[in-house]
Amino acid sequence: MADLELGATAASRHPRPLSPHLQIYRPMLTMMMSIAHRITGAALYFGMLLLAWWLIAAASGPNAYATVEWFMGSLIGRLVLFGYTWALLHHMFGGIRHLIWDTRHGLEPAEREMFALATLVGSVVFTILLWAVGYFAMGGPR
Amino acid sequence: MSERAQMRTPLGRVRGLGPARSGTAHFWQQRLTSVSGIPLTVALIVIAISLLGRSHATVVQVLGSPIVAITILLFIINSAYHMWIGMQEIILDYVHGEIVKLVSLIANTCFVFAVALASAYAILKLSFGV
Repeated sequence: MADLELGATAASRHPRPLSPHLQIYRPMLTMMMSIAHRITGAALYFGMLLLAWWLIAAASGPNAYATVEWFMGSLIGRLVLFGYTWALLHHMFGGIRHLIWDTRHGLEPAEREMFALATLVGSVVFTILLWAVGYFAMGGPR
Repeated sequence: MSERAQMRTPLGRVRGLGPARSGTAHFWQQRLTSVSGIPLTVALIVIAISLLGRSHATVVQVLGSPIVAITILLFIINSAYHMWIGMQEIILDYVHGEIVKLVSLIANTCFVFAVALASAYAILKLSFGV
């Protein structure tokens, strides 16, 4: 412990350099996608309440289910669902990207950028695609 | 004190000193549940879209059918564990006060258990029709 105490005294006399934090770096796509992965994860955490509400309403009866349908069909409900779809897809594509990285592949600078872009573009394209499918499943333009 | 400290290996000294007080089990389990989560998420999206705008009776019938019910149950259990680890990681990263951290970790566990149990109960009720 003696050397540790000596180290502590030396540190207080000569402050050690701090690790640079977020605001030091130029914003990069990989960084943004990393932050988005965490934010979408946290959003999906609370989004599970929507799934629970839907299932509980279906189990409760026609009246409760009609309430859920009314909310999901409203403008706010659709916005929430649209965001939920995007968050789910973004988190899933980001997760696949992380699984690929776990195998030590795709870590070169150009590949990292490509994966980050693919996560973003893929999630947006598939969200719109799914909503188009859902739109036509609902009977299309009426 | 210093005598005892020198009897311990460097690994022994740092073991269990991370904010989670444990090792790589959660790291592995988070990857396991992310792999199993991919087909389950795709299945859930297919089920949800196929039930858009259907009548309550149809929704009850489909959600209560064995394959759909089992798939959704698996999604719920898988997601519950995945999001429990994920939120714990977020809490350990940003919440540093011991009391607030403890309360947050307890709230995380309670929230996940409540949401998962409520969803699973609803699916089982739809399946058994009671």
